[in-house]
Amino acid sequence: MKRKTVFTLGLSLLCLLFLFSGAVTAADRVLMMATTTSTDNTGLLNDLGPMFKADTGIELKWVAVGTGNALELGKNCDVDVLLVHAPATEMKYVADGYGVDRREIMFNDFIFVGPKGDPAGVKGKSVKEALTIFASKKIPFASRGDNSGTHKMELSLWKDAGIPLPDKETWYIQTGQGMINTINIAAERDAYTLTDRGTFIKYEANWKGNPPLEILVEGDAALKNQYSVIAVNPKRCEKAKYDLATKFSQWMASPKIQKAIADFKLMGKQLFFPNAAK
Amino acid sequence: MDYLGSGFLRALVLLFSGDPETYSAIITTLEISTLSIVASLIIGIPGGFVLGYFEFPGKRQIRTISDTLLALPTVVVGLFVYAFISRRGPLGDFGLLFTVPGVALAQTLLVLPIVVSLTATAVESLDRRLRLTLITLGANARQIALQTILEARFAVLTAAVTAYGRAISEVGISMMIGGNIKWHTRTITTAVALETGKGEFAMGIALGIVLLSLALVVNAILVTLRRKR
Repeated sequence: MKRKTVFTLGLSLLCLLFLFSGAVTAADRVLMMATTTSTDNTGLLNDLGPMFKADTGIELKWVAVGTGNALELGKNCDVDVLLVHAPATEMKYVADGYGVDRREIMFNDFIFVGPKGDPAGVKGKSVKEALTIFASKKIPFASRGDNSGTHKMELSLWKDAGIPLPDKETWYIQTGQGMINTINIAAERDAYTLTDRGTFIKYEANWKGNPPLEILVEGDAALKNQYSVIAVNPKRCEKAKYDLATKFSQWMASPKIQKAIADFKLMGKQLFFPNAAK
Repeated sequence: MDYLGSGFLRALVLLFSGDPETYSAIITTLEISTLSIVASLIIGIPGGFVLGYFEFPGKRQIRTISDTLLALPTVVVGLFVYAFISRRGPLGDFGLLFTVPGVALAQTLLVLPIVVSLTATAVESLDRRLRLTLITLGANARQIALQTILEARFAVLTAAVTAYGRAISEVGISMMIGGNIKWHTRTITTAVALETGKGEFAMGIALGIVLLSLALVVNAILVTLRRKR
């Protein structure tokens, strides 16, 4: 009995040691990225990850969080590269010295979706008109409320429309959750919401093309959704793999991958539009 | 509603078709929870024994703290451990963030109070004459400790099962410290969270059933162990 106990103890300690050492040594050709839920939930990265490995031999690992959270992980030097979509915040981030080499990669656009039949009557209106209708008629509106890129975009749209943020209004539902969950909540509550087009196409695909919500406001110049790659500043973070991050950034902007991004489709619809500078 | 039924079917397909993504998540889940359980038992059983067996000043306060920590929210443990193992944290050089051992470390902290508190209760509730008998029989300190824990083994086993259940089912720590990285730190619970985030509810239910099957297997093994003893 006693020998057995000692044996089990020793064995488990060995296992622990083995696992810990594995974690320390295996970190060479791995690029750690923080990105937003939209690139992951749509399945784009599941396609690009293996292609990156095949082309460069570098393994791409990513965590999908809101843009705010992703930027914070970069600030703490926990990742090497970022793929995010909040241009104004990103510029400040780079100016503050947290990130370098911001490169625009692709875009899609934000859209306002709402219940079929459009009870508020915002179809075809401009962003400003639609927001004014929501606020004056107290139409239920679901907001991400999580400091994500989409949330930041929504906040700036309220500001540009000159409407004070309806923070405590009962019709303003702050979900604090990801995009698909927020769309689901909007559907359950007959509410309107702002989403990126890619995620909404994924949502339509889940409903086999017949979702309870439809696109009502689109095409406004203010609704462009730009995705960029930013390398974590190697001067701040010694261990950040700046060379691998640069390789990834160049690879994303290469004609081959720009085409692969354009070819990525769900239900026959293009989700992201490549626009890296040549 | 209909995703419940299709989720159940999907679970069977995932398990019996040997779906590599599912099995990768199963293995990661087992790896993390086994590591954290072994570590918490190594620390927690002696700790619980000391807390239950001896009388010393501050004992009741420590006990209250341990009992309070049973209510630790997983996300708080995640934040706490993140602060230490982030590259800018004091333990940042070990590179534990977004790795299996990192998650196991945080889960150990989560389940340690369960092992300590339940072991202490088990040792306290033993017949007091056991100690006297052991002393009369001339047992030394180590023999006393070993025999006492052996006497309380079923209750300690329950502590281990409870701790295992908490470790295998938590999602907050796995998400924050592990990062839900495909093929590396994606556990069954973070996969469920991801599928829910994608709106793939049936797949989420399917993975939930996979997790329960896993727990069933682990518990079945423990029950046979108990019978053999």
